[in-house]
Amino acid sequence: MDFFDRFAVPHPSLAIYASMAAIGLTIIAVIAGLTYFKKWGYLWREWLTTVDHKRIGIMYLLSALLMLFRGGVDAIMMRAQLAVPENTLLDAQHYNEIFTTHGIVMILFMAMPFIMFFMNFVVPLQIGARDVAFPRLNALSFWLFFMGAMLFNISFVVGGSPDAGWTSYFPLAGTEFSESVGNNYYMIAIQIAGIGTLMTGINFITTILKMRAPGMTLMKMPMFTWSALIANVIIVFAFPVLAVLLAMGTLDRQFGTHFFTMDNGGMDMLWANIFWVWGHPEVYILILPAFGIYSEVISTFARRNLYGYKSMVGSMVIISLLSFLVWAHHFFTMGQGAFTNSIFSITTMAIAVPTGVKIFNWLLTLRKGKIVFTTPMLYSMLFIPLFTLGGVTGVMLAMSAADYQYHNTMFLVAHFHNVIIPGVVYAMLAGLHYYWPKMFGFMLNEKIGKWTAWLLSIGFILAFMPMYVSGLDGQARRMYTYSEAAGFGLMNMISFVGAAIMAIGFVLIVYNIYYSTRYESRDISNDPWDARTLEWSTHTPVPEYNFAILPDVRSNEALWDAKKNGHVLFKGEYQKIHMPNNSGIPFIMSCIFFVWGFSFVFSLWIPVILTTIGIFVCMALRSFEQDHGRYISVKEIEETETNLRGA
Amino acid sequence: MKIDNSLPLEYSTEENSLKILGFWIFLGAEIMLFATLFATYFTLENRTGSGPTGAEIFQITPVLFETIILLTSSFTVGLGIHAMRIGKQKAMITFFSITLLLGLAFLGVEIFEFVTYVHEGAGIQTSAFTSALLTTLGTHGAHVTLGFFWGLFIILQIKKRGLTPQTTNKAFIFSLYWHFLDVVWIFIFSFIYLKGMM
Ligand code: HEM
Ligand SMILES: [Cu+2]
Repeated sequence: MDFFDRFAVPHPSLAIYASMAAIGLTIIAVIAGLTYFKKWGYLWREWLTTVDHKRIGIMYLLSALLMLFRGGVDAIMMRAQLAVPENTLLDAQHYNEIFTTHGIVMILFMAMPFIMFFMNFVVPLQIGARDVAFPRLNALSFWLFFMGAMLFNISFVVGGSPDAGWTSYFPLAGTEFSESVGNNYYMIAIQIAGIGTLMTGINFITTILKMRAPGMTLMKMPMFTWSALIANVIIVFAFPVLAVLLAMGTLDRQFGTHFFTMDNGGMDMLWANIFWVWGHPEVYILILPAFGIYSEVISTFARRNLYGYKSMVGSMVIISLLSFLVWAHHFFTMGQGAFTNSIFSITTMAIAVPTGVKIFNWLLTLRKGKIVFTTPMLYSMLFIPLFTLGGVTGVMLAMSAADYQYHNTMFLVAHFHNVIIPGVVYAMLAGLHYYWPKMFGFMLNEKIGKWTAWLLSIGFILAFMPMYVSGLDGQARRMYTYSEAAGFGLMNMISFVGAAIMAIGFVLIVYNIYYSTRYESRDISNDPWDARTLEWSTHTPVPEYNFAILPDVRSNEALWDAKKNGHVLFKGEYQKIHMPNNSGIPFIMSCIFFVWGFSFVFSLWIPVILTTIGIFVCMALRSFEQDHGRYISVKEIEETETNLRGA
Repeated sequence: MKIDNSLPLEYSTEENSLKILGFWIFLGAEIMLFATLFATYFTLENRTGSGPTGAEIFQITPVLFETIILLTSSFTVGLGIHAMRIGKQKAMITFFSITLLLGLAFLGVEIFEFVTYVHEGAGIQTSAFTSALLTTLGTHGAHVTLGFFWGLFIILQIKKRGLTPQTTNKAFIFSLYWHFLDVVWIFIFSFIYLKGMM
């Protein structure tokens, strides 16, 4: 009995039982559906074993959308709980679990895969490559991320969710104050996903440095590729730090070491320091590719080349360096002394300068542009003022003396949502609408798209502006309720209404996908937006090999030059193309990783040992395997190309 | 597969040079990994709680052995790569085998050392200092263990398939890894052991 007790949820509630039922039913429905329509073979051949960067990208997208709803439900529940004073919808423990899982799911399992989707789908096309440098490693990265995310999500119904905040500060996250397995899930699930992310970083740096089309020098790379390159460099430097941190957290929780404990020399602030050495760069891993997308969208729809290309690149490099030098601004009030605070205050504010440079470059691109108001452009236009506001409150928070007022209040919550939603989420939605036709061969409905953008923005303003006010008034973050007398009621009610409007906005996105799948025209060209970069020069849908002939690049807007100056992009004759074979190893190995993670969470050491062996056997098999890929013959290429041109 | 004969075999195909670059980037990540462990170690170095200090448990003899063994193995793996470049498969396999045996010897001494620590009351749970120490050493040791199996598989493949662009590429990357472990050890030797004994 004792054994099974560990798998039970420590604080069961109606919501948890309902989700258990929902998860169970969904799994049954999926299995039944696949069997009924005889799609198992298709699923295995075309998706689970694929090494095609475009399909891997689409799987990242699906996961990200799924997680957006998981994190969104958490958000709505929190806002509902806080909507009125002394509410009893959720108890304190449940609230702790929800703000924790909301934070982790949104940052690591929603925003990260969304960024990965763009990198996977767009970067090889944008640099005129046929694939990434290591296609199988890429598949493994995705599956590790996916298994990490799934492992994290089952914490809700098996054994209990983490409850110490997404920052998981010790000693709160230690076994003394957090007895359930929740924080084991945190350590292990993020570890598994993080390994995948690190491998993506290595893969894409190599891809971008080595596989660009002839003629594309570094300073002729499109801006999104630049942003992806820099983000991946940050990944390679930041994620190993996280891996070590999580390993030490695991050791503390499960093997009785004393890294972050309160006795025998342990130091809880060490966790906070190392966490933010990773955590602050992490937010730039998210925002830089978002900036890259805005650059593409804005220059496309201003019908003008990006103003200040070199300063755009330079500012990103500076941001990436500074991002590693500011981490201590997360604990100005935790006793590190005025001198340290001043240093970190200054480095933090310094980031505003290169960011400001970028804002001005976008504005100057718009000036004299012939602006076309499409949905992606609308998101970008809403981004500029909203994000700037978030930037200003960020500088306010960076003033260490003043931070004693804001620290751990709703003001902070308002600030970071104010940068992350218009900054990252809007970029993702802009990019989603922008790249949808390239992925699926039809547009998303523009009218619904614009409605969504406006609804989200109105909802966003209503949801987060009141938090600045109640935060300055002293409403602390991570508090599950407040008294009537505190007077925070009105602001929180407005916030709830805003959050509900945002929820409608997100549902509209799904509706738009459904609607457009059914009713939008399939008759679109390869380049429906009249865009400027290489990804629009190949067919829609993109053939497996991306480009039948590698493009000849002359500038950072290769396609635009081809269109306006009559430059011929694709010269020469077809030659056979080398492509990698599909492989089941990444998927199988990640499944083993999932079991490994699950066993580790519950300290089931025998399965841990067995699965560890399994993982190494997979690696050994891969090492001995001889697979030189295959060739697509000239005849096949000719056929594919005529078909695509005819359609 | 296009083979460029003006380059050493391990670089001769495009795939090979991609792999070597990718591995260098991976080593960059490994540097961050060990840097984090070192930073932790230096932070917790003097936080020994009720347990022993470094000066009380470190012994020069086993550590000197470990250092000499590992440095020698780095040298022999270099000889192995040299033999590979001039096409001497047998010599290469011999040098690689010596390298791996030295790796095993290193692990043997390290295990002996760990057992001694535990006997002296310096287990991983004793204090923040011992946690950081044993985790850092253990991570390096785990890397050597992994390297042992990796090297073994490469020897088997070379025996079976000879010196091809694929196998030489793997061997070369393995040698980079092995040298890297040696460099990390130099840091461990100087900044953990020597500093701790002073
Ligand atoms: C879409 C509407 C959203 C709403 C209504 C919302 C609401 C909230 C609320 C109420 C909190 C908790 C404040 C507290 O601690 O009491 C919170 C925390 C947080 N949110 Fe959101 N959020 C939203 C979207 C996002 C997005 C898109 C991200 C990131 C990509 C995000 C990241 C976070 C993080 C990291 C925390 C901190 C969690 C912690 O305290 O450990 N949120 N959010
Ligand atoms: Cu920060």
